[in-house]
Amino acid sequence: MTSLPSSSAAPAVAKLAAAAAAPGHDAQAEVEAEAYERTHVHGVYEAIAPHFSATRHKPWPAVASFLQAQHPGSVGLDVGCGNGKYLRENPAVFMLGSDRSAALVALARSRLGRSDEVGGAQQQPAAKKRGETTKPDVAVAAATTTNAAAGSGMEFSHEGGAAISDVLVADGLSLPFRDRAVGFAICVAVVHHLSTRARRQEAIRQLLRCVKTGEAASGQVLVYVWALEQGNSRRGWDEGGEQDLLVPWVLKSKSQTQQSRTPRKGLDNQTKAEQDAVVANKSGEPPASTMPAGDGPAAGTGGVGHTDPVFQRYYHLYRKGELEEDVLAAGGVVITSGYERDNWWAVAANEAPPSQPEK
Amino acid sequence: MKVLTLNFLTCAVKMCKASNDSFPLHPKDAELAKDDVEINLQLLVNVLPRIDWTALRTTSTELGFPELPEQPPTAEDLTSDEKMLQDLHTLLLETQMIEGKLVCGHCGHEYAVREGIANFLLPSHLV
Repeated sequence: MTSLPSSSAAPAVAKLAAAAAAPGHDAQAEVEAEAYERTHVHGVYEAIAPHFSATRHKPWPAVASFLQAQHPGSVGLDVGCGNGKYLRENPAVFMLGSDRSAALVALARSRLGRSDEVGGAQQQPAAKKRGETTKPDVAVAAATTTNAAAGSGMEFSHEGGAAISDVLVADGLSLPFRDRAVGFAICVAVVHHLSTRARRQEAIRQLLRCVKTGEAASGQVLVYVWALEQGNSRRGWDEGGEQDLLVPWVLKSKSQTQQSRTPRKGLDNQTKAEQDAVVANKSGEPPASTMPAGDGPAAGTGGVGHTDPVFQRYYHLYRKGELEEDVLAAGGVVITSGYERDNWWAVAANEAPPSQPEK
Repeated sequence: MKVLTLNFLTCAVKMCKASNDSFPLHPKDAELAKDDVEINLQLLVNVLPRIDWTALRTTSTELGFPELPEQPPTAEDLTSDEKMLQDLHTLLLETQMIEGKLVCGHCGHEYAVREGIANFLLPSHLV
């Protein structure tokens, strides 16, 4: 994606970890970790959503086969669904996708094959009223399934009409799904964006809370994270290297017009804590590196001659065995795990059946 | 957001999860729309056991649909009764809540639904 070098996030993350370890400072530490992620994860995805989405079409094979193996009529979660590329992978299951980024969820929804929110209806609310009323007291409008995404310059396939899957905006650490509600969950390239180990484990714990226990071939959670061991990758990371990194994303100028408004929102509303988190990051990247185009030069990003804005995303690169450790710490068991093209993955389940009887 | 989705949602506030009042969330000022989704008998039959029927009855009534029977239909009911199948399909998979709010019956927090997307991000004091 970019030739810009990644940079260390270790000092910032060490500070977050130290804050978390300090007695009586749990709440404040959480606030600081959240603020750091808002700057180096959430704000970035809000800003780069369309560009990011345009690069995310191919499913990971391990994820695709996990989804294909689910029974027809299963209900599953995709936590951190991004642009929703996995929501139609298995059309026989009902997928509930969630993401922290509202911009990505809107893209995901448009990919599900509806026109009532992205295109015409947004500018013309009256358009939704045009359908016939089929139920007493309830106006039910006919929503057509034309290619709503066309307006955003994206290409989506809508084979089979509207998908049965659905999306919503939620934080992975405060998921709105009821306990034991679903048959399975996937969480792909998400957990590695959380800046403390406690938060990464909590994210896995939340996933496990939502899936059923006890049934055969049910209640499995697939977690997929970036690996430290990327010996074959041009990125140059490998065993023994630093695990906490800021990885640049260069926003190509041709798509800037689409996003000239979105980046400001999250970044202009920086709180004191956020700014502190940025300043605390002595990685050599000035805070300006997270500024979008239009807010002055996105200079100082190390890319000589670059005029495209550069966003720094935080990553914790998982070393071999670490994902399994986090699953265990989250109260789960590892069913199977493996490595796939620069990523570690694990299929986890709850350790014991719930103490409460099924209702 | 589909009615089926609502059947799996509770309040995002951790303390509310233990309370029966947090599920189902209550639609408020709901504006509905209808998608055109191909009917899939097998999927509906298989999804049925995943549904909390009591909660679905509550949601259905709150959204202004006719009252659902006390017991969920069986697979045989759905296979033999075309109207029942169509009605359930429409309710669960075709009906979309486009605008409005979802209210937690325990803490009272209101989650906005805009352009068909519910937003469960919490203000910092509720996290």
